[in-house]
Amino acid sequence: MRFLTVPALFVAGALVVSCDSPTMVEEATAEGILLMGNSGEPKGLDPHLVSGVLESNILAALFEGLCKNHPSKDGVALPGAALRWTPNDDFSVWTFDLNPEARWSDNVPVTAQDFVFAYHRLLDPDLPAKYADMLFLVENAETINKDLRSFVLLGNLPGLPIDPEALKRPPFQPDPDAAGDAAPSGPLATLPAEARRRRVRAAGLDGLGPGDLETVLGEPALVAWPAGFTPALRTRALELLLEYARKHDDGTHESLASVLPLGARALDEWTLEITLRGPVPFLPEVVKHYTWFPVPRHVIRKWSGGDIDLPFTDWTDPGNLVGNGPFRLKEWRVNHYIEVERNPHYWDARRVSLNGIRFLPVQNAYTEARMFLDGQLHVTYTLPPEMIPYARTHIPEMLRQEPYIGTRFLRVNVRRKPLDDPRVRHALAATIDRRRLVENVLGGGQTPASGIVPPFSGYKLPQGVGHDPERARRLLAEAGFPNGRGFPELKFLTVDRDTARRMAEAYMSMWEEHLGIHIRIEQREWTTYLQRQYDGDYQLAGAAWIGDFLYPTTFLDMWTRNNGNNNTGWWSPAYESKLREAEHTADPAAKLALLKDAETILLDELPAIPVYWYTTNYLVRPEVRNWHPLLLNHHPYKFVELVAGGQ
Amino acid sequence: MLRTVVQRLLQTIAVVFCLVSFTFFAVRLIPGNPFADEKAIQPHLRERVAEPFGLNESWGKQFVLFWKNVLTEGDFGMSTSLFGRSVNEIMATAFPVSLTLGAGAMLVSLLIGIPSGVVAALRHNRLIDYASMVLAMIGICIPTFVLGPLLQLWVARNLPWINVAGWERPSDIILPSFTLGLVVAAYVARLTRGGMLDVLAQDYIQTARAKGLPAFRIITRHALRPALLPAITYLGPAFAAVITGSFVVETIFAVPGMGQHFVTAVTTKDYFLLQGLVLFYGTLMGGANLLVDIVLAAMNPRLREHA
Amino acid sequence: MPTAAAQAPSQASAQKGASLWQDAFRRLRKNRLAMAGLAVVLFIFLACFVLRWILPHDPNEVELGNEFAPPGPTHWLGTDQLGRDLLTRILDGGQISLLVAVAATLLTVTLGILYGGIAGYVGGRLDAIMMRIVDGLLAMPFLIVVILFRELISGWIELASVFLIEDWGWSRDFVLRFSNIFPLLLAIAAFGWLTMARIVRTQTAALVHTEFVEAAHALGLPHRRILFRHILPNMLGPVIIYATLTIPSFILYEATLSFIGLGIEPPNSSWGVLIKEGANYLESNTKMLIIPAFVFSATLFAFNFLGDGLRDALDPKAAKD
Repeated sequence: MRFLTVPALFVAGALVVSCDSPTMVEEATAEGILLMGNSGEPKGLDPHLVSGVLESNILAALFEGLCKNHPSKDGVALPGAALRWTPNDDFSVWTFDLNPEARWSDNVPVTAQDFVFAYHRLLDPDLPAKYADMLFLVENAETINKDLRSFVLLGNLPGLPIDPEALKRPPFQPDPDAAGDAAPSGPLATLPAEARRRRVRAAGLDGLGPGDLETVLGEPALVAWPAGFTPALRTRALELLLEYARKHDDGTHESLASVLPLGARALDEWTLEITLRGPVPFLPEVVKHYTWFPVPRHVIRKWSGGDIDLPFTDWTDPGNLVGNGPFRLKEWRVNHYIEVERNPHYWDARRVSLNGIRFLPVQNAYTEARMFLDGQLHVTYTLPPEMIPYARTHIPEMLRQEPYIGTRFLRVNVRRKPLDDPRVRHALAATIDRRRLVENVLGGGQTPASGIVPPFSGYKLPQGVGHDPERARRLLAEAGFPNGRGFPELKFLTVDRDTARRMAEAYMSMWEEHLGIHIRIEQREWTTYLQRQYDGDYQLAGAAWIGDFLYPTTFLDMWTRNNGNNNTGWWSPAYESKLREAEHTADPAAKLALLKDAETILLDELPAIPVYWYTTNYLVRPEVRNWHPLLLNHHPYKFVELVAGGQ
Repeated sequence: MLRTVVQRLLQTIAVVFCLVSFTFFAVRLIPGNPFADEKAIQPHLRERVAEPFGLNESWGKQFVLFWKNVLTEGDFGMSTSLFGRSVNEIMATAFPVSLTLGAGAMLVSLLIGIPSGVVAALRHNRLIDYASMVLAMIGICIPTFVLGPLLQLWVARNLPWINVAGWERPSDIILPSFTLGLVVAAYVARLTRGGMLDVLAQDYIQTARAKGLPAFRIITRHALRPALLPAITYLGPAFAAVITGSFVVETIFAVPGMGQHFVTAVTTKDYFLLQGLVLFYGTLMGGANLLVDIVLAAMNPRLREHA
Repeated sequence: MPTAAAQAPSQASAQKGASLWQDAFRRLRKNRLAMAGLAVVLFIFLACFVLRWILPHDPNEVELGNEFAPPGPTHWLGTDQLGRDLLTRILDGGQISLLVAVAATLLTVTLGILYGGIAGYVGGRLDAIMMRIVDGLLAMPFLIVVILFRELISGWIELASVFLIEDWGWSRDFVLRFSNIFPLLLAIAAFGWLTMARIVRTQTAALVHTEFVEAAHALGLPHRRILFRHILPNMLGPVIIYATLTIPSFILYEATLSFIGLGIEPPNSSWGVLIKEGANYLESNTKMLIIPAFVFSATLFAFNFLGDGLRDALDPKAAKD
């Protein structure tokens, strides 16, 4: 047993030696480094390839957009990379005057061309940018990103027998119904006859490369042309598409932007002009989002060898990454931490108080809270609801419970009976006692929601959903299920977190008690849960949506027919026409009124049943100054200070 | 003897191959998309996102390509959840952490398990036997996700200079290795106790006792080494299991090891990372088993024939 | 003992077994820890399967507004985070955890004996292949298997439960409870049987080479008779020991799966779920963790001590005293 005494002494020694050492927070505060919990490892640091909140926290340190968040006021845009911005009369063209002092972290000037390059790259159809649709407000952006070649090239063909809008659909664009049959691969010419037809249908004319287009040119019957396309017209159309495809392949045309200019121009080095597809009075709010950030074109070009749509190059590694934000990337240890340090070339570096930020990807929220309580973090990402009462009693000055721009709702698959009946949906909605749910089950200070769009200044909330079990019972009876008799058991899909489970159990008991119906709860892990909603493989699902910027459209745009975030099977021409009308209205007040009308339609039909509006709960140490409540929870780091001598 | 070893080696390789291939197909069968995200990918982008990973090809093609890359270049592919980061790199950074944690846990298990087992055997069926077995069993009777937070709470209140989670300071290894080590300690204690009891009943020990040798000398000089044999043979596979099976401990103590990657890879359907991890783990386990069997066979000729 | 002497000579081996069992039982009784374990196990089973039905509360009855009530006359241990009676939930959870563990153990034992017995008895090439397969399966990433089982089987289970409820008129709660635990049960058993097979195989292999089995072969006795009459009874000892020790490890397994989120689906609870959720309330409401964890650990300790006691008692080497 003697051999065991040495290691035992070692352990005891380590324990003794570490006595009296300062906490992580004390050390970091002295060095001016902010320790932030960031909930998980970022998928990447290329602003064009990511789409999550935790990534945006890091990107906000490394890059800077045209406008910046005010540290304490929502809806106010401070100068960022741009000093001034001026709209035209109807808010459809904005001119941004860039700051000539602005520099990348390698001291290269930040110019308007960097912004133009960034937008082109994000919208490049070959770059798998998930968030490209954030830029669709810009004129021609959607067309370029969706690579609507036929629409652009054939729209002006003399003698076109169809509406140009039809060029955005099959057979020119891919046919989603054909995607099911395994589209055979390989050059078209080598495939047997039937397979060729299928392939052309699945890829759409716009999706074929030059080799395949040549094959089709020799056999135009492969395409299911709409009525009225004469042989001459077919040939001409194919020739135009082929010409473009060839030039795309050899690099002459990066994207349709070479034929149909994108509404972003560099008037000169320091002036950026953005043309939008309609009036957008709230553009300064939108450009705060990281999808509108500039990227260093000289660095990206260097690392991708000229092929700017190559997604995974090394340009985001420490030592290579160049940004225009107040900090630059110092260290990136996977799953361990990401550290950024002060950027001396930032144009406002004098104003920046922090020396660095360390982001810790702690996935388990309870561990994160305990780390905070033990003096290891300055700011947490979140606070689990079970620990809120504890925080309220013991450390109320460090607890933050702030309204957050997000809504939790129930997604309803209106394609499944009996959910196709709006009375049933209203019955389900009216039974939920939101106040009880928020106070007793969650206890996080959330607000019961009457609509999908959370309240913020200027937007008048429509008359929404409330708690009315009587009415719910009546509606259910009208729909043919008095007291729940005959009502099938519905499946409720939710994610495998404890709070989701509690909420599902609460809904279940409410629906059973008041309506006499049963649900079966299915907890699935994150990606399965998401995928099943995308596939429409659910009946009811617990869901949420976080807004991207402070304007109602970020909550309303998703309920259109083809939007990938809809997934309910519901759509309404009246709704979409209201949205379109709002899009073309310049007057800010009139715009908001139209959006309210649109939401009223949505709340009449309830493909999504609102439950509550988010409150973000998290912990902040008193050493951290200038960390104010903000609806989007994007705190500009350049204003944050660390002052020692907190608790 | 050599022939058996070579045979076993080949068999292990075959097993690992089947294992990884099974994982390959199994994980693709589970409904779910590696690229599913809160903000849905617009339909026209779905194929493009999968392109760089070769996930638009047929499963057969992907299978062949995967093994080709592994065998010719040792390249396990790119992670889909950590864009474009090579799986090799991810495993290379996580493995040393798991190794350290594993070593710490093994140390704790020996420090706690062996003395408990020995004492229990010596004072068989008396109070101390019961007490030390209770201590040793904590690891398998109280789940780590209960013990962990309890320890964190206690340490935060009483030893504030020790971090409750993370992997920054040297002292950070203490809590997670202790929690993990307790689990292994239970088995070590049991095996030690059993081994000790067996040895103590042997004739030559009785003879030594009869001769009047002091008890302590009997134990340390004659009894301990053979008594520890079952525990030692257990250590090999135990170490391998501890290195990759410590997800719960890694999550609770925010340790950037391989266990976390394992579960994240399954839940985010990160095909390449998962395949790489399974390959790694399978090889490790297979190697550990093989080693133990070789050692055992070398010592016990009777086992050689039957294998 | 008179009964032993009255046995026919051909049952000599069984006779030797009878006095061995009684001998073992006597030794077990002396082991106070094991006896305490046995008592606790019996008590827990009684509580979870009998007391649970006597108590008036429904474990899933949510009472918003009455969360975390302290112990009182209506709720002996108070209520949980949704106002449900804590005692009933613990007992109900115990029912599920124990059911899963015991059923999975039975499955494990059956599969293990079949597989390991054949491998050990036949020996040679077949044995080697079968054991390599077991080795391979042991290194399998069990998480994937659990998820796969869940996804693939859930469709079948749903059909089956609908059939049972509507066509055969079984109680809805009853069917739901079992359909919930079935995939989990299968997944756990799918791993447990591997080690059991290994143990059985080693035992069988050792027994096959003993004199009395070789004598039986020489006598020309049929294989089936050798297996059932001679090998199986002698193998029972380690199998029982291992089975007793498997139950707590399965309960722990289920708890770990619940932690990861792959365990029992709501609103049913197992001990694993109760403990996992309870751990979240560590700072604010410690009883939510301590009470279920205490019951959980006590049960596991009890099973473990019982198993260890059985091992001591059935160990032939200790037969000397």
